[in-house]
Amino acid sequence: MTTLAAPAPPGADRTAPAKPRRRRRSSLPYWLIIPAVATLLIGMGYPVAWQIINSFKEYGLAQQFGQPAEFIGLDNYIALLTSAQFWIITARSLAFMALTALITMTIGIAFALLMKAIPAWSRIVLQVAMLLAWSMPIVAQMTVANWLIDDRNGVVNYVLTEVFGMDMLGHNWLIQPLSFFGVAMTIIVWASVPFVAFSVYAGLTQVSEEVMEAAQLDGAGRFQTLRLIIMPIIRPVLVILLLLQLIWDLRVFAQIQLLQDFGAAGERYDLLGTYIYGLGIGQGQFGMASAAAMVVMLLTLGVSWGYVRSMLKEDEQS
Amino acid sequence: MRAKKLGRGVGALVAVALAAIWAFPVYWMINTSFQTPASINRLTPTFFPTNGTLGNYQAVLDDNGFLSALGMSLTVTALVLVVCVAFATLASFAIARFRFRSRKAFVLTVILVQMLPAEAMFIAQYKMLASVSLLNSVLGVSIIYLAMVVPFTTWMLRGFVAGVPVDLEESAMIDGCTRMGAFRRITFPLLAPGLVASGVFAFVQVWNEFALASIILTENEKATLPLWLRDFAQTSNLGVTEWGEVMAGSVLVAIPVIVFFMIVQGRMAQGLVGGAVKG
Repeated sequence: MTTLAAPAPPGADRTAPAKPRRRRRSSLPYWLIIPAVATLLIGMGYPVAWQIINSFKEYGLAQQFGQPAEFIGLDNYIALLTSAQFWIITARSLAFMALTALITMTIGIAFALLMKAIPAWSRIVLQVAMLLAWSMPIVAQMTVANWLIDDRNGVVNYVLTEVFGMDMLGHNWLIQPLSFFGVAMTIIVWASVPFVAFSVYAGLTQVSEEVMEAAQLDGAGRFQTLRLIIMPIIRPVLVILLLLQLIWDLRVFAQIQLLQDFGAAGERYDLLGTYIYGLGIGQGQFGMASAAAMVVMLLTLGVSWGYVRSMLKEDEQS
Repeated sequence: MRAKKLGRGVGALVAVALAAIWAFPVYWMINTSFQTPASINRLTPTFFPTNGTLGNYQAVLDDNGFLSALGMSLTVTALVLVVCVAFATLASFAIARFRFRSRKAFVLTVILVQMLPAEAMFIAQYKMLASVSLLNSVLGVSIIYLAMVVPFTTWMLRGFVAGVPVDLEESAMIDGCTRMGAFRRITFPLLAPGLVASGVFAFVQVWNEFALASIILTENEKATLPLWLRDFAQTSNLGVTEWGEVMAGSVLVAIPVIVFFMIVQGRMAQGLVGGAVKG
């Protein structure tokens, strides 16, 4: 996209001597963004404002039935931040995010390097397979996963038993929390590796042949070339990909919710998303849920700050 | 030289093996969708649907919920898609071609909104729609979806607009076009690939959305396809899930996405990683 942009930076004509037909302050751009701004104000702005206000209010079941919700200052936040459960779930979410993102990145980079080194026909086979995985809707991913690990007729238990000689027939993968999150992580990694692999591969194709040849002439081995030549060149891509993975893996909701629907439910299987859902929709504690949502929002913005900055820089360059 | 060739051969084999692993769940979904309950419930799985059946697909189409959910999904997706592309095109024209006060604030908003976690918003969005009686309505869910997809679409189209040389528009203006007219006649037709790419992205987002829909669309008649599929997968016959039917349903939900994905796959990665790919 922006790789297409080059010939005329839009800002260039700003400094050019004013042409007669060009009004200095046109109101046109404001009219152009009004529909988008209005959409965002209604769909995002109002809810965020509501959420900020209600995170400072006592808003539980009683208020649902007509009692006025009163301001209670920071009480919701204090209750939240002094609750051991909230910290356990936050820590679990962060660990889940970091581990999932790291595994996804490692496999994705390995795939990209492999794609660079193999004949075209086998690369296309791998790419098609990855596109299939990438394009599966989340709910379909989850129903299929649930069928694969079905305790009685699932193919996973069958293969583990028949091929690897483990006694897995009738094993339920969703009972143990650790195994539950392992299943969730496997599905997420499976679905996110393609994006990372395609992006890193696109980055790798930008490394010019001459640079590689020069490195070879200077006597660099394979590993050295990778570490000292290729990695620094594709570093910007890797940083952005890692940030995106962290952001996306922190906000997993649908996968966990659906696994809970299909299998085990309860707070031992919660990450932040399902925890907020339980507080708000499940128990009707909208004040507490709002406060928890605000904490998650700040957490996400903290993680994504690097991504936002790099996007702003891209905007200035174009 | 021979070692290198051997290395490439081994690499190709590894790639094919990995491809098989990655595609397996999708293959298994399709495979199961063509099998009879008898062959699904056998202790030894059937790896190829040799004497396949279309009965599962028939059962899905006969399910009351499926057609209504398909209609709901199509309505919401079409509505959001058309409005989103219109709004985003206008906004992307503004930020790609003009320097105006508060431009920076708008660009920052467009980027930041994409970072807001949906699950930290849906309680508030639910309460908002409840307060104006728009729960379980096409309009209500579409408004929120629109706000979800407009920012990314704007951001993606901005790159395409910037890619069309501004000189083209200027010469049209010398020939007597207005500013808007020049954009509509010159730049807009050149945006076709960008409109397709960003439109497909918005389509996939809305078509697949599950979290918000599960909260806002609680009535069965208002369910979208992802909600229908979840419920369908949980309906069991005396404790036995009809996996063949569930997989047939999954195939039907996934097919449009897979097709559209194949059309624009190259551009998806670029849009998100942006200029960084260029290095």
